[in-house]
Amino acid sequence: MSTPRAHIEVLPRSVQFALALGLAALLLFPVVGSDFYVQMVTRMMIMAIFAMSLDLLQGVTGLVSLGHAAYFGVAGYALAFLTPADTPVSLWWSLPLAVAGAGLVALVIGFFVVRTHGIYFIMVTMAFAQMVFYLFFDNKVLGGSDGLYINFRPDASIFGWLPFDLEGRKTFYYFTLALVILVYVLLRRLLWSPLGRALSGIRINEHRMRAMGFGTRGYKLTAFTVAGALAGLAGYLWGAQTGYVNPELMGFHMSAHAIMMIILGGMGNFAGAIVGAFAFEYLLHVFKDITKHWQLLMGSFIVLVVVAAPRGLLGMLGQRRAAKAQEDSHHG
Amino acid sequence: MDFATFLIQLLNSVQYGLLLFMLAAGLTLIFGIMGVVNLAHGSFYMLGAYLGYSLSGHFGSLTLAILGGAVLAVLFGLALEWLLFRHFYHRDHLDQVLLTFGLIYIFEELRSILWGDDVHGVPIPAMLDWSIPLTDTLSYPVYRLFISGVCMALALGLYLLISKTRLGMKIRAGAFNRDMAESLGVNIKLIHAIVFALGVGLAAVAGMVAAPVSSVYPNMGSSVLIMCFVVVVIGGIGSVRGALISALLVGLVDTFGKVLLPSMAGMLVYMLMAAVLLWKPEGLFKQ
Repeated sequence: MSTPRAHIEVLPRSVQFALALGLAALLLFPVVGSDFYVQMVTRMMIMAIFAMSLDLLQGVTGLVSLGHAAYFGVAGYALAFLTPADTPVSLWWSLPLAVAGAGLVALVIGFFVVRTHGIYFIMVTMAFAQMVFYLFFDNKVLGGSDGLYINFRPDASIFGWLPFDLEGRKTFYYFTLALVILVYVLLRRLLWSPLGRALSGIRINEHRMRAMGFGTRGYKLTAFTVAGALAGLAGYLWGAQTGYVNPELMGFHMSAHAIMMIILGGMGNFAGAIVGAFAFEYLLHVFKDITKHWQLLMGSFIVLVVVAAPRGLLGMLGQRRAAKAQEDSHHG
Repeated sequence: MDFATFLIQLLNSVQYGLLLFMLAAGLTLIFGIMGVVNLAHGSFYMLGAYLGYSLSGHFGSLTLAILGGAVLAVLFGLALEWLLFRHFYHRDHLDQVLLTFGLIYIFEELRSILWGDDVHGVPIPAMLDWSIPLTDTLSYPVYRLFISGVCMALALGLYLLISKTRLGMKIRAGAFNRDMAESLGVNIKLIHAIVFALGVGLAAVAGMVAAPVSSVYPNMGSSVLIMCFVVVVIGGIGSVRGALISALLVGLVDTFGKVLLPSMAGMLVYMLMAAVLLWKPEGLFKQ
């Protein structure tokens, strides 16, 4: 039933160059950009981390999760619970705790979902995310449908010494950018590690991997947990930036947006997820600017992309290269 | 819990379960035969409810509204299948997820443009607007029995269609081996169109008969869609019988959960799903 997809794991020189240019632009942006746009790009970078975390499942391991937002939201809520009403919480223990919490929830849910395949996986991840959604939505203690406020951004001081202050918009911007780079480097290394190779193998042919002696369920659970924890990192940053969390963060629209980002940019190489997250968030901003009926535009856009360019922007490039290579070999 | 209360809850759970079955049957057939995961199935339920709301105001009769709405929904399903879905039967699940997610946005916004974002009540037909007294204080609304009756009749009709008719034989053949059925002269494209339109029709009728009880409101398709996913996962994808039994089970757990364990009610159904996954990852009635 499934068609093979273009997977560009090794990034072409041209794409690497474009990424370097993009990084330089991101480094310089706060110098020229207004506060509004600095905040908007910060949000785009947070979504880039979220999209990269999902790409580990969707692009590398071949697992389509429609419930990834649950782990994003859980970590946001963790920050909301850890932050007292009148003082900030320390960054140095609240961040690891929130990320570990999201990873733990992913581990527990993953224990059930990695038993399923294909379409079951899609439906079950969505259903469990909805369970988490209702847990927060129905319980007043957990904020209920209104959500929770986070009055202070996390405090980065170490024994009274403050290396940087996250309350500053630009500081928060650079902090997020540093984490985007860190997550990207980490995931690229993971992609080429034995674990990453095994996960790629599961995407291409799980039966063969099992025949070769790989415990694929364990590998999938590992990927699911790591992806959940990294989604949690994004959710923590989201909570810190906006100062507010609500159940919508865990809704399936959020999960579907992340899938769309990866499709838009191209799957399986993490760079595509970053590009896609920026492109998608920008489009969302533009559509909401044009009309209050933005869902019509976004829906039509998504349908159009799936019909016309299912392999994403990077995928189209790869397709053309492959076609060209084939043509060359015919002539040769 | 005294007997009258128990009876009321039992009838409610059966009514909810049967309603879920109407949606889950279409969802499971569309997946089992065409291999399409359809997130927009909840939107067809919503569409039905809003059609019921508009048409019952127009005709002044819910029965006429349901008949007219069912015809419209089936035509809509045929058009949608021809225009979009037919090109996605062989595509990756990921593409299907995105396509149908995009459609949810489009349908929601069209609903907002056509009908606005307010909650609307739909009147219960006068003929059915009475209750059967059970005790001095408790009674059971006849309209809910009517919902169960309509769903049961349609479930029976669906069973007869699939297992006793020539068309049903072709549908089963197409589900079992598409290429073989096609080479034996079954017009598989037509079968697919019929099955899809049938699924849309069932979901829309479910929305229409439920509208007087649930009223019509924005995003009403999303929560019901996820419940249907749970039903289909528990029942086993592609199995209509599994969908029926699992829908009734989910109805029971959800309704009695709300009475007996109100603080956990939202989660009980998902725990049931988790338990089934541990025991039978492919669902109870995997074909």
